[in-house]
Order: sequence, then C-alpha cells, then structure tokens
Amino acid sequence: MTRFLTRRQFGTLVSASAATLAMPGILRAENTGRLLIIGGGFGGASAARFARINYPDVSVTLVEPQTSFVTCPYGNLILGGKRALSDITHSYDGLRARGVDVIHDRAQEIDADGHRVTLASGDVLDYDKLILSPGIGLRWNAIEGYDEAASEVFPHAWWGGDGSQISLLRAQLEALPEGGVVGLAIPDNPFRCPPGPYERISMIAHHLKQANPTAKILAFDAKEGFAKQGLFENAWAELYGDMIEWIPASGDGRIMRVDPGNKLFISEFGEEHSVDMGNVIPPQYAASIARDAGLANDSGWVPVDPRTFEAEAASDIHVIGDANIGTPMPKSGYIANSTAKTAVTAALAEMSGRPAWDDPVYFNTCYSHAGEDYGISVAATFRLSEDGIAATPDSGGVSLQGDLSEMARTRRLEARYADAWYDSITDDMFS
Amino acid sequence: MMRQKLLAAAVAITCAGWPLTALGDDADGHMLAQACAGCHGADWGGQGPISDLRGYDHEAFLRAWAEFQADERPATIMNRIARGYSEAEIAALADYFSSLE
Ligand SMILES: Cc1cc2nc3c(=O)[nH]c(=O)nc-3n(C[C@H](O)[C@H](O)[C@H](O)COP(=O)(O)OP(=O)(O)OC[C@H]3O[C@@H](n4cnc5c(N)ncnc54)[C@H](O)[C@@H]3O)c2cc1C
Repeated sequence: MTRFLTRRQFGTLVSASAATLAMPGILRAENTGRLLIIGGGFGGASAARFARINYPDVSVTLVEPQTSFVTCPYGNLILGGKRALSDITHSYDGLRARGVDVIHDRAQEIDADGHRVTLASGDVLDYDKLILSPGIGLRWNAIEGYDEAASEVFPHAWWGGDGSQISLLRAQLEALPEGGVVGLAIPDNPFRCPPGPYERISMIAHHLKQANPTAKILAFDAKEGFAKQGLFENAWAELYGDMIEWIPASGDGRIMRVDPGNKLFISEFGEEHSVDMGNVIPPQYAASIARDAGLANDSGWVPVDPRTFEAEAASDIHVIGDANIGTPMPKSGYIANSTAKTAVTAALAEMSGRPAWDDPVYFNTCYSHAGEDYGISVAATFRLSEDGIAATPDSGGVSLQGDLSEMARTRRLEARYADAWYDSITDDMFS
Repeated sequence: MMRQKLLAAAVAITCAGWPLTALGDDADGHMLAQACAGCHGADWGGQGPISDLRGYDHEAFLRAWAEFQADERPATIMNRIARGYSEAEIAALADYFSSLE
C-alpha cells in the first residue's frame, strides 16, 4: 500500500490536481474515463499496468481470450532446452490485483463511431478511448499449402497462443532421427521480431549439438540479409561448425510452397527440399480485428500517428505493437511496451489533464541467445522525424564483433542481461 | 545550478507530486524513464545484475552517463544506449531517478 502510494505520488493522482490548477477550464473526470484495451500481450498488458499506476481515476478494461499469456520471447529457449513452458507463461492476476477489469473473451467487432466493441460472447463494451494491441495475423496460404492444418505438421510457433506451437516444435526436435534435417522458412520484411528466426536457428543448433550432432539445419530465407547477421554468423561458426546452412533469396532461399504430407519445401525456382521437420514462419499482417475494423491499409498493417499511435482511419483508437506501421522501429516486445506508455499518455491527455508526450523517445533493445552464455544485442532510440519516425543517429547498434576468445565475458554478461530484461519487461506487463 | 535544480525538483514533488520535468523543464523525465524499466526492473529497482536506479545520486548519474557515452566506463550496451539521448533528456532522467525512493 505504501508502495502504491509512493507510485501515485509520481503518477497522475497528484498530477491531475496540478493540471486542474494549471488549466482550470478542464474538469477532472472522476472515474468517468473508460480505457478499453484489446489484447493482453506486450502492448496491451504494458498499457494496462501503466494506466492503472499513472491514471488511477480512469477505469481500465482488458479483453484477452487467453487466460494466461505465453510470451514469444524466450520461446526459443524452450527449443534449446534452457526453459520450460511454465517459465514463459504469465498470469493476469497481477493486473487484476491492480484493478484492471480483465475479461477473457475475444473482441469481435469495433464500432469506431459508436465507441463500442462487441465481444464473441455478445457482450458489448463502451469506451472513451481504445488501445488496440492484437499482434499479428498469419497470412495462411501466402506460402502455397501452408494453412492452419499444415501448421500442425510444420509448426510456425510465431505466436504464443496456448503454447502448443512451441511445444510441438520442441517435441519434433526431440524426435528428429539421427542426422536428420531441420528446415526453416523465413519471411521477407516486415515481420514480428527481426532477429527471432536467427535466435531460433541458434537454439535449435544448441539442442542438436548435444542431442543429435550430425543433424543439419537448412534455413531458407526470403531476404538477402538479417538482423545482427555478422554476430549470428560468427556465433554459428564458433559454436556449431557446419551444422547450419543459411540460404538467402539470391541463393533460391524463398520458399513458395510446402507439402506437409511429403515433408517438402519447394523453392522459388522449383527445387524440392526434403526435410525431417520444418518450421515455417509465414508472411504476416495485423491481427484480424484491426483489419476487419478497416484500420489497416493495403499492406495489411495499420498506419498511425507516430506521436499518439492513433489510427489514421479512426479517432480514439490507438494501435500499438506489431499491428501498426512503425518503421523503422522493429516489431518487438520492447517497442510494444515503450509505445504503449506513450499511447496511453496521448489517449488520456484530455481526460486526465496530464499532457501527451510531445517529444517522445521510443526505445528498443533486442537480445538474442546464440548459445550457452552467449548473448548478443541490438539497441536503438527512435524519435519523431519529418516523415514519421527515425532512429537517433550515432547511437545504438549491435554488440561488439570479435572472436569468442576475446569476447567471452561480454557474451556471458549479455546473456545474463537478456535474462534480466525478460524478468523486468514481463514484470512491467503483469506485476 | 545542480543544487538549485534538485531543490526545485524537491519542491515540485512535494507541492504537485509530479516531477519537475512536467512543470516546464525541457524533457519529460517520467516518460523518458519508462523505457529504462524494461531492463532495470518494472519499478527501476534493479533486476539480477542490472543496477537499481531509485535514488541514484544526481551527480553520479550524470557522470556515469557521460562515461558511458565516451566509452570510458565498462559496458556491453549502456554505452550504445547512452549516446541516443540529448543533454536535456539526460538531465531529466537524473532529476527523475534521484527523486525516486
Ligand atoms: C520467437 C520470437 C522471439 C521473440 N523475442 C523477442 C525478444 O527477445 N524481444 C522483444 O522485444 N520481442 C521479441 N519478440 C517479438 C514480440 O513477441 C512481439 O513484438 C510482441 O509480442 C508484440 O506485442 P503485441 O502486443 O503487438 O502482440 P502480442 O504480444 O502477440 O499480444 C497480442 C494479444 O492480443 C490478443 N488478441 C488478438 N486478437 C484479439 C481479439 N480479437 N480480441 C482480444 N484479444 C485479441 C492475443 O491473444 C494476444 O494475447 C519475439 C517474437 C518471436 C516470435
């Protein structure tokens, strides 16, 4: 309680009164503001916690179908045998204890003009401001033959869901025949978590190195390059010898079709690759709720005001996280968390009297585990620019390159910092 | 100068409860600090090997930051991050963290 009061001290409880003083024309809304949040993941849970702490006068409702949240971050460590599913599964009880009204249901329809959301159960929720952080949808059949049924053979494991996708991938890895072939199909930009596929390759290799050292990993990529490429390739050579083969688009890496029945990946030039198991990460777009509400443009992602994250297509709806167009910011959990707070502040500015942040700095760090005690990172701050958002020059960037013999301490430290990042950010969402 | 700022911050906090920055400083320390929570603990209280930022001495904070920027302090990532902030922003962060209990 004392802790809560201390936080309030720095939150809006008092700021509201300061603002009322400064702007006597604005009446302070006492529990009349209704903030509705759709999606209880990195963006939505962060928004809910931040709003509860800093805007105690506003009611906060969170709609999320899953009764617990499985993070994508650290899912790759399950493949590497370094984490269990329970380690990356989070309860909504902490948010409930803070006074967030958590409703486990799916938002079905948004009536932007009426400020109303209909849930799958038929219940209707009215809102003053809506924060939408529904994450991604997978473009089924964008890779021919890759539909939801195919994902039971070739898992994507690119959303957390109930954890079944990442568990299936782990089970397949354990059942891989000796010397077997693991295929990955990796999409073109933009997609969720640019370094994610390469951390996954690393963690699969980490497992195989011990359990099945003659196995092979074929990583087919629709791109010519990828995030932290130099660091990853260095790590792969240092740790896994020639186990990993990465095939760029120019080397016929773009997978156009899959045949799950015969366990085949078929490339742009018609080459058939036989795999023993496959991880297909298909092209993506904003989750259906955002597209169905007419918020997305032709790209399938949602254009937003880079200062407030209000959707260009609808007022009072702020779209954060992977669903929006935030280039050059990556679609990462850290960006979802960072922008969630800015969006809440913007959405509630009028209601609370606490001004929006006109000079926002968005922050990202993406850690990846390339092996045991082997962490690498990329960091950046982003600011508003003439044409949207830009990375701050002469700052950020990736971990120092160098041989493991010189860099062992740095890599080990970054692995520990990555673990601390995971604990901190999930606390910042759920505690 | 620094002492004046601190004093002003203290006054601002006791009077309004909102840190100095929201009352007209150049940068919003409360909002800037939000990003730090992603590693330094949800309430900036530290996490595993990552340092506690609450009540960080104002001068020491500014010194550490400058050393990170200049690669004069051992770092894996804070050096890269430190270079991404302006002087006003760094001062606002120092104000904010030094004011936290
Ligand atoms: C393998 C992997 C590793 C990753 N590692 C990292 C990392 O190390 N660091 C990092 O910063 N990021 C990482 N990411 C990226 C991170 O997971 C995403 O960027 C982040 O989850 C985006 O947050 P979000 O809120 O947009 O979506 P999500 O976190 O996916 O949350 C969306 C939520 O909305 C819910 N939802 C969807 N539709 C509806 C609806 N109609 N009604 C109600 N609820 C709905 C979903 O159930 C879901 O819980 C990784 C991703 C992957 C795949």
